[in-house]
Amino acid sequence: MPMTAREITEAITAALPGAVVELRDLAGDDDHWAATVTAPQFAGLSRVAQHKLIYNALGGRMGGVLHALQVTTVVPK
Amino acid sequence: MSDVNARISDLVTSNDVVLFMKGTPLFPQCGFSSRAIAILDHCGVAYESVDVLQDMEIRQGIKTFSDWPTIPQLYVKGEFVGGSDIMMEMFEAGELQAMLNESGVKTA
Repeated sequence: MPMTAREITEAITAALPGAVVELRDLAGDDDHWAATVTAPQFAGLSRVAQHKLIYNALGGRMGGVLHALQVTTVVPK
Repeated sequence: MSDVNARISDLVTSNDVVLFMKGTPLFPQCGFSSRAIAILDHCGVAYESVDVLQDMEIRQGIKTFSDWPTIPQLYVKGEFVGGSDIMMEMFEAGELQAMLNESGVKTA
């Protein structure tokens, strides 16, 4: 079962309180997502570290049931 | 260090630029790998590619080695740079080209 938009958003905001998650359904199939995540926790971190926070929030599902998630990280101004 | 870690370590230290990918530069087997190749080609650098679909040990091992769950993965001068999203962000900001220039990697 692929993850729904709601599950993805909830997993990220649960791990990163205050994060804003924008999801785009790339293929219209509920399975290929692009996420833009704006989170205060990203401040001062490298891009790799920012993306790892999101992958950790998704609890090992990234690269598994969640194959296609493009991630863009943004530090709030 | 396990054998697979030693193999990966050897790959990323004996080549300036290494892309772990699904498929080959001519026939990428995944959209993310295809995008990573397009970015490297735009940067005009020489790179080594490793097709993880041909090597299950490296396919699993690289995820542990980098502590990163997805393929493709880019290494420059032995350092993990990121996956295709990070490559794209850096490329669009001009940071990837600058980093490749500064680290003195060979052009293609």
